[in-house]
Amino acid sequence: MTSHASSAAADASIPPRTDRRQAGASGEPPAAPRRPGRRTGGAPGEPGLIAYAYVAPALVVFALFLLAPLVYAVQLSFYEWDGLGLGTWVGLDNYVAVFTDPELRAPFGHALVLVVFFSLLPVTFGMLLAALMTRTRVRGAGFFRTVLFLPQVVALTVVAVVWRQIYAPTGPLNDALRLVGLDGFARGWLGDRDWVLVAIGLVGTWVGTGLCTVLFLAGLSKVGRELYESSRLDGAGFWAELRFISLPSLRGELAVALTLTMVAALRTFDLVYVMTGGGPGNASRVPSYEVYDRAIQEGDVGTGITVALVLTVVILAATWLVNRIADDREAA
Amino acid sequence: MTRIRPARTLGAGLAAAALLATTVACAPGEEGGSGTETQSEDVTTDISKVGDVTLTVWDQEVRGGQAEQIAALNKAFQEKYPNVTIDRTKRSFTDLQRTLRNAITSDDAPDVVQANNGRTDMGAFVKNGLLQSLDGYAETYGWTERFPESVRSLATYSDDGATFGEGSLYGLAQVGELVGVFYNKSMLADLGLEVPKTTADFEAALAAAKDAGELPIQFGNLDGWPGIHDYGFVQNQFVPRDDIRNLGFGREGASWTTDENTQAADTFSKWVDAGYFTPEFNAVGYDPAWQDFAQGNGLFLVAGTWLQADLEDAMGEDVGFFLPPVGETGELAVTGGTGLPFSITEASDDADVAAAYIDFITSDEAMQMIQDAGNLPVVGGSPDQAEGLAAEVLDAWTTAGEDDALVPYLDYATPDFYDLITAQVQELGAGQVSTEEFLGTLEDEYSSFVSGE
Repeated sequence: MTSHASSAAADASIPPRTDRRQAGASGEPPAAPRRPGRRTGGAPGEPGLIAYAYVAPALVVFALFLLAPLVYAVQLSFYEWDGLGLGTWVGLDNYVAVFTDPELRAPFGHALVLVVFFSLLPVTFGMLLAALMTRTRVRGAGFFRTVLFLPQVVALTVVAVVWRQIYAPTGPLNDALRLVGLDGFARGWLGDRDWVLVAIGLVGTWVGTGLCTVLFLAGLSKVGRELYESSRLDGAGFWAELRFISLPSLRGELAVALTLTMVAALRTFDLVYVMTGGGPGNASRVPSYEVYDRAIQEGDVGTGITVALVLTVVILAATWLVNRIADDREAA
Repeated sequence: MTRIRPARTLGAGLAAAALLATTVACAPGEEGGSGTETQSEDVTTDISKVGDVTLTVWDQEVRGGQAEQIAALNKAFQEKYPNVTIDRTKRSFTDLQRTLRNAITSDDAPDVVQANNGRTDMGAFVKNGLLQSLDGYAETYGWTERFPESVRSLATYSDDGATFGEGSLYGLAQVGELVGVFYNKSMLADLGLEVPKTTADFEAALAAAKDAGELPIQFGNLDGWPGIHDYGFVQNQFVPRDDIRNLGFGREGASWTTDENTQAADTFSKWVDAGYFTPEFNAVGYDPAWQDFAQGNGLFLVAGTWLQADLEDAMGEDVGFFLPPVGETGELAVTGGTGLPFSITEASDDADVAAAYIDFITSDEAMQMIQDAGNLPVVGGSPDQAEGLAAEVLDAWTTAGEDDALVPYLDYATPDFYDLITAQVQELGAGQVSTEEFLGTLEDEYSSFVSGE
């Protein structure tokens, strides 16, 4: 875009509109006539100085609020610093610690468990629900859609407070289990180190399913009804429809849903902070909580920042992977 | 998806690296200085003549009685010294703790701040020369006589911040706090029991409550930190108080793996196994637990005096308070200390005014206001004016002070001890670690800290 803008601005003889569209669509640089003196140096299509002036304000904001803090964070990760006095240069020690110290590694393992509950389960449930809702005309579908989406609207801290009560040893969940004779399953969910991550994860599933369902419903609404009708005439069942029509037409939405939920899973903080504070023991500590605890509570800024940076890389890698797979499947 | 050209990526990477190289040349933060020490002969006590001054104060007195009390004191101070304006910032405890680090290192730091006593906060501030020593003021204003040693030591650090409980005074607190036992009076009477004075009596009461189908000790440890109180309470009864002090202050001369500490940990586990605590306490929140106690469930509640007002509101005459029973050591020991001390920052240009303010809000009249507001004044409370639960709490506080029974919170020990002990008590309570593993983990952290690595 910048190249068009610059040539258009620099050159009074603007190419006809059709030309620009074609250029934009094919991704080729516009065949702007070269006039010595007007543009100095650079291959055709290379942005001129004026283009940089256009993007300069954005660049400055970007550099000031994103790049500079990032660079500063990277710098801090090479120091042992309590946030008050003079930092001590420790080189890569903090990074070595993140990869070798079991206490720092464990939170990343916990985050992976949460990915299953925050991302994979909601996407699966969302897909099934969306397919069901498309196949059968439900009365009051709008209502159900709203109810499903509702958890997404409520602040996560509120969600956490409510679920903390639901999971209490004498809370509604355990009462319900006892009522139906499943006394053996009743337990202090958040105080049990084998179940605590599952308990937190299921809250994530509850929150995420609505988002995924609504996303997929939107995606499926683009698919022509006649496609479904003709497939049904051919005798396709629910699963065949899902496999051959719904799934293939939802690639884009799938990528979006996976990206959003996966990032949410990896950077979970609110639920853990409010529901368990990382306990019992250290069973539910996640990277974001670790960052907060180290950098702000304990005055161990270097380690905290390092965990944050490693987490950022993990999230970037996960997003890249999801988009890569979606791209490849689209191309195939 | 556009593919980024390698050449450009490389360029951006190099630019970032260059930027990085220029910044890493200087370390973050500033060189820690040693805090200012004002000599008593330099102190101006008549601050009405210092001209117009704005005193910036950051405190965490935001709850009920405390909020009223500090507002009234600030107003009275400004009436007494019309040339002084108090610019107050109030934050909840956690909010204050999180923002203080940034505030105190900035160029326009507040003059007076409430800093948490432990190493992570006050200790770190002292180490980096961010607080002023109050020794000169203490001499001028007679704080040394007004506040007993046991109270002052909780805001006392060596100048390098390494030794807690010895050295210079860095703050004064308004309120005291004790972790003792609240009990349900009518339930205890129904069981035909007296207030237990010894560990043996206490265990007998636990067994009697259990047999009668009552919950012996109300305990909610989902939040982790209540474990510091309930475990400390057991430890109080078994370990000599000087040992607890050394362990709590992170000083040399004690060990977590002694026979007494083993006895304490075993007893804690034994009580868990006997069902003396709330079932599944690791899954029960702190607030639901004490609220349940307030509704009549549970004979005992091990908790701090900060619950005094709330419990009295809910239970009226039915609630009582006593100090931890005395075990084989024969010594009374009780976890407790002071509310957050008020300190003067190094950046303050009006330290004399700040000191006069601190003197004012901790004066005898101020203490009376604190008591009237339903809180426990750290010194100078008047028992004859208190009644009911307030009188029992004040009595306990006086007894603890006179008997030198106060021991610090266990998480003060090292900067990492809070995380460690909260997690470990949860694990011990859940039977996930043995007594040996529990004490061994604590001992490792304690001894490596004490030995300097």
